[in-house]
Amino acid sequence: MDSQILIQNFLNALQWGSFYALIALGYTLVYGVLLLINFAHGDIFMVGAYLGFFFAIVLTGNSLIHLPLWIVFIMTVVLSMIATSFVGVTLERVAYRPLRRKGTNRLYVVITALMCGLILENGNLAVFGASRRSFPELIEKTIYSFGGITISNIKIMVIVTAFVAFIVLEMIIRKTRIGMAMRAISYDRVAVPLMGIPVDRIIVFTFVLGSSMAALAGVLFVTAYPVLEPYMGATIGWKAFIAAVVGGIGEIRGAFVGGFLLGFIEIFVAAFFPSTLRDLIAFSVLLVLLSVKPTGLFGFSRSTKI
Amino acid sequence: MFKYSKKIFGILVLLLCVYNMAFITPSWANETSIKIGFNIPLTGDIPKVGECSKYAAKMLEEQINTSGGLEIGGKKYPLEFVFEDNESKAESATAVALKLITQDRVLAIIGPQASKQAIPAGEICDAYETPMISPWSTNPQTTQDRPYVFRGCFLDPFQGPVAANFVTKEFGAKRAAVLYDIASDYPKGLAEFFKSAFEKIHGKGSVVSFETFTTKDRDFSAQLTNIIRSKADVLFTPQYYDEVPLIVKQAHELGWNKPIMGSDSWGSAELVKLCGNDCKGLFFSTHYAAAGAKGKTLEFIEKYTAKYGYVPDDVAALTWDATRLLLKAIQNTNGLTGKQRKDRKAIKDQLAQIKNFEGITGKMTFTSEGDPIKCAVVVKINNQGAFEFYQSVCP
Repeated sequence: MDSQILIQNFLNALQWGSFYALIALGYTLVYGVLLLINFAHGDIFMVGAYLGFFFAIVLTGNSLIHLPLWIVFIMTVVLSMIATSFVGVTLERVAYRPLRRKGTNRLYVVITALMCGLILENGNLAVFGASRRSFPELIEKTIYSFGGITISNIKIMVIVTAFVAFIVLEMIIRKTRIGMAMRAISYDRVAVPLMGIPVDRIIVFTFVLGSSMAALAGVLFVTAYPVLEPYMGATIGWKAFIAAVVGGIGEIRGAFVGGFLLGFIEIFVAAFFPSTLRDLIAFSVLLVLLSVKPTGLFGFSRSTKI
Repeated sequence: MFKYSKKIFGILVLLLCVYNMAFITPSWANETSIKIGFNIPLTGDIPKVGECSKYAAKMLEEQINTSGGLEIGGKKYPLEFVFEDNESKAESATAVALKLITQDRVLAIIGPQASKQAIPAGEICDAYETPMISPWSTNPQTTQDRPYVFRGCFLDPFQGPVAANFVTKEFGAKRAAVLYDIASDYPKGLAEFFKSAFEKIHGKGSVVSFETFTTKDRDFSAQLTNIIRSKADVLFTPQYYDEVPLIVKQAHELGWNKPIMGSDSWGSAELVKLCGNDCKGLFFSTHYAAAGAKGKTLEFIEKYTAKYGYVPDDVAALTWDATRLLLKAIQNTNGLTGKQRKDRKAIKDQLAQIKNFEGITGKMTFTSEGDPIKCAVVVKINNQGAFEFYQSVCP
């Protein structure tokens, strides 16, 4: 084991952890405000990737507009974030809000979320079929290497984007009025409507934030791993959820740190042990962490979440 | 009284069942068509494989049915192919095999294609004494000690050395790295055969890196980092077409610029579409090469391309061959009795005796294990992204 391998794997883990972190952010936002585990989130990530694919094809494949590829990429990301937000909000309106209005137990809403995820997956399978799709190369790959350590521009972009997204989210939650409203809802759901805060609008905003994070993760994911398939969101979604719980669900910093923690454990186990042990070791470590601190790394036993 | 009525009800139900069994004739009894089942992955990880198999089989069905049917012992029977999806899962493949045997009552089964599904499905077919031909499964276990199970392709113990010899001669490789999916039968088996063949040539320890991952993994950076650091001359990765693009792209991203060698699972029409420029110039061993084909093979390729709009891959060609092999064996029985057990056994016996069958993927003769002896080809992915014939290796 020498330092080069260590640094190279550190970079690999940063990229892999970025995806977990970005997806975990979405879980944690919705949980923080609604106390709802949105199990459809992994599939919203998949929808984000497919929508990104759709926009990328439309923007590059037509004869009307010719844009430089980097503009196409930025437009793809932004359009996919907007479109995926609509999907997330639609889910909220169609599936979660009616149940919430009727005052149903949260458990039923969680089951509904699971079903929504499966509907998205299989709906995609029905519409697009099972064949794999290849995400077009919008960013020309450049590889930088310094003394045995290589890093591509895509890797740098993924890592930087994850950090920027985290900082932006923190700012929104901590510094803006709407963020304050979100924190208020998570603090006391009964008193907040009495203060004149439009709860439903805040919830919609939460879903917009969460879904656009998922779309961002989705487009970056298929840029780094350019094969799309309808089930791509399932496993990574589950794992990101676990990362969010380990970080302390409902806590933004927790989701971020938890995502990177899981990424690091997975990469380093795969690097130094047989890969069959990867999930075994990764989740054993997380289990021990949770049994020592059941509320997660940053979680409080129940105070202000988010 | 209440007890009584329950009993009477029970007897009634029983009578109904008996009535049903006695008077509703089984679907196969008075049918004159030849029913063949296809156990193929139409959805799941490798849907293209299922699609190609279905298309090739459909083409053959049409061709024979328009000429009046299959002639057996002087009588012509129409063909009926039943396509069932095994979702590329082992458990679904066994369920499909059972359904085809007991419910659809097919005479024989073609498929599953991948070893992961063919090994468990072969167990079912053998237990139910139904002939099965897997066109594409190269793992030895599929047919081992199973008289009713056959295959249409060469085996991994043959393909492993083909790849090892090729990288030694072509690239002068002295140190090799292997990256494979440990949770899937086919890559695992082939990786091990490659390793032992390579170490036989270059001595122990010449496979400097033997890295694994698990099905559905998307990130291989940790394993590839180890492979690059091991200073191997060549990377061998016997993976399916949905993983190969990710492996190749990530390897290039991490600075790997040496050759990458693959196996027959690469040979899908999808590969180049998903992989793009990264896969051009790479080699893999396989069953047939579409570019530069002659004779009957060319005829098949032209017909398939005209019908479905793309060049058929090896699965399509092997399915075509396997189905024709089966039909040949059915013809050789010289007349079916209509009794399913007897017919299935007769077909199995005829399959085992087939010698020098002229297939579009080469000549085939079955060994006592139900495996054909046939040649492999090494294919190069050329700059246009087509699979170009490079050399042929015979046993």
